Amino acid sequence: MSFGDFKALDDVSLRINKGEFFSLLGPSGCGKTTLLRIIAGFENPDEGLVNIDGIDVLPLEPNKRGVNTVFQSYALFPHLSVFENVAFPLRLRKTAPKAIRAKVGEYLELVQLVDHARKKPSQLSGGQKQRVAIARALINEPSVLLLDEPLSALDAKLRQHMLIELDSIHDKIGITFIYVTHDQQEALSVSDRIAVMNGGKVLQCDSPYEIYENPATEFVARFIGETNLFDASVESVGGGRASLSVPGLGKVLVETAKGPAPGGTAIFTIRPEKIHIDHERPDGGRSDLNVFEGVVEEPIYSGFQSKFFVRCGDATLKVFKQHASYQEEGPDIAWKDRVFVSWSSDDGYIVGPGSDA
Amino acid sequence: MYRPEVMKRIAWNRDVFTFSRIVCALTIGFLLLPLLVLAAYSFNDSRTMSWTGFSTKWYEKLFSGSPDLWRAFRNSIVIAIGSGAVATAIGTLGAIGAARYRFRLRGYVQTIGFLPMILPEIIIGVSLSMFFAGIGLKLGLFTIFLAHVSFNLPFVFLLVSARMEEFDYSIVEAAYDLGANEIQTLTLVVLPTIMPGILSGFLTAVTLSLEDFVITFFVSGPGSTTLPLYIYSMIRYGVSPVINALSVLMIAGTALLAIPLRKFLKDFAVH
Ligand SMILES: Nc1ncnc2c1ncn2[C@@H]1O[C@H](COP(=O)(O)OP(=O)(O)O)[C@@H](O)[C@H]1O
Ligand SMILES: [Mg+2]
Repeated sequence: MSFGDFKALDDVSLRINKGEFFSLLGPSGCGKTTLLRIIAGFENPDEGLVNIDGIDVLPLEPNKRGVNTVFQSYALFPHLSVFENVAFPLRLRKTAPKAIRAKVGEYLELVQLVDHARKKPSQLSGGQKQRVAIARALINEPSVLLLDEPLSALDAKLRQHMLIELDSIHDKIGITFIYVTHDQQEALSVSDRIAVMNGGKVLQCDSPYEIYENPATEFVARFIGETNLFDASVESVGGGRASLSVPGLGKVLVETAKGPAPGGTAIFTIRPEKIHIDHERPDGGRSDLNVFEGVVEEPIYSGFQSKFFVRCGDATLKVFKQHASYQEEGPDIAWKDRVFVSWSSDDGYIVGPGSDA
Repeated sequence: MYRPEVMKRIAWNRDVFTFSRIVCALTIGFLLLPLLVLAAYSFNDSRTMSWTGFSTKWYEKLFSGSPDLWRAFRNSIVIAIGSGAVATAIGTLGAIGAARYRFRLRGYVQTIGFLPMILPEIIIGVSLSMFFAGIGLKLGLFTIFLAHVSFNLPFVFLLVSARMEEFDYSIVEAAYDLGANEIQTLTLVVLPTIMPGILSGFLTAVTLSLEDFVITFFVSGPGSTTLPLYIYSMIRYGVSPVINALSVLMIAGTALLAIPLRKFLKDFAVH
């Protein structure tokens, strides 16, 4: 898909299962909306196929595809009441008034707006407008519902709430949701699967767990959650484990199935919450443990957890520590403290060959 | 606690308030006083400016003895509504098109469209009358109608364009998405959404057409007198209180129309 010379989407291939809550996740401008608009029928791709329920829908008009869209700006008809907005598709099809009343009632119930049926969109809150848009998009009983950043206009609290509501609507009606967002937290919490996009390409398409725990590329690791990333050189490989040399830090053991070539370079990453931090040196008997000694440079207290930046040699590691009440926490870790950071070799991973490979 | 600077500010504010009230009262007075004088003299028994007693005879004369006036009045109404409707239709479609499509020369079209608004009326009048003479069109009601459509167009275009500025195009896509075809989208979604702009465009056009004198003067022919032309021709023989009576009725009619209209537009504007 191109706009002039600009390639907005490049070689995107996705298979979305029936009934799935599928998310397109990526930074702004990566082509999520464009992909959604191709599926909806508002853009025509230069090449490729869009198949829904085994039918090639590209030659079909937007309204013949069994697909409906919840627009980012809600796109409610300002001159119509909530009821008439939701009834709009039915009125177009000349449905009998009695059937309209029953069906609109049913969908207003689904989105909990029965009491607001007579209001105009201007009299609704953001969350209510959103729900009208959802009811209106669902009333044609599409096989796929497209949602383009539906929550981005809401404030943070309401966003959480609407997200849960969306998930429960999805569970109730069981159709396929394709959900566009640039917010990784949203995508991780409700999706069955996520496609992470950047620069018009799909980098990884997997379950939230796999995306977080096993990012395919450096970009995915960086974009989803927080992480520590290092350029490393591969020293030796054997027994499903590689030994890396990280400049400034030292030798790091990492379990890897793919097995990078010894002598090559690799990008190594470890999530901050996977790193253990303590005043005491951890049990030295374990051969799979990476242990480094360092100095706390910047402790940041943030309620349920603390973040630390720990300087080990010439490298700085970001470390998250949860505060739990049932375990002995020992003395607080403070600024300038000498600490040991450690992690198991199966918690870190290699996200790609180094930049010069 | 006594804080002189605060007290001073409050006092100053009160002065400003009083001053603005006086200005407001004066303005309203200057606007309304002539109308009141007009209304009073429409009930004067004599046709001179001296009060000789209450009478409704000018109203009687208006309704029973002024066929020419009513012919002019009918001409004005027909032309105002006709040219207003045509200008509204063309101007609305033009505004939708200019907002929706990015075509070459779009900027020029918009600028040229506004020219009639800035040009002195007398120039438009002269040029239109030359134009009609050039293409051999006989001056009369039809040429007045054409002239009024052309000078009303930019106003409608401007008012509807303002409405289109805040028009969210995604509601058009939503309409398509929900199964509407092009005609249904236009009639069920686009037009109702910009209706306040269309209505105010139409009302402006009707008003401008009703009161236009200069342009109409140049493009009217025998038997195509409009109300302003008729009144002007009467004034040459001294103002007849019949005109006063007519004016009072028109003011009353406009006021009666304006009140529900204002409420209607306000309801519509809530959004
Ligand atoms: N109609 C268009 N004309 C030109 N460029 C466009 C158009 N629509 C989108 N683009 C470009 O395509 C890229 C992807 O856009 P989009 O799909 O909207 O991104 P996202 O939804 O992921 O933020 C952006 O760089 C954007 O500038
Ligand atoms: Mg987008």
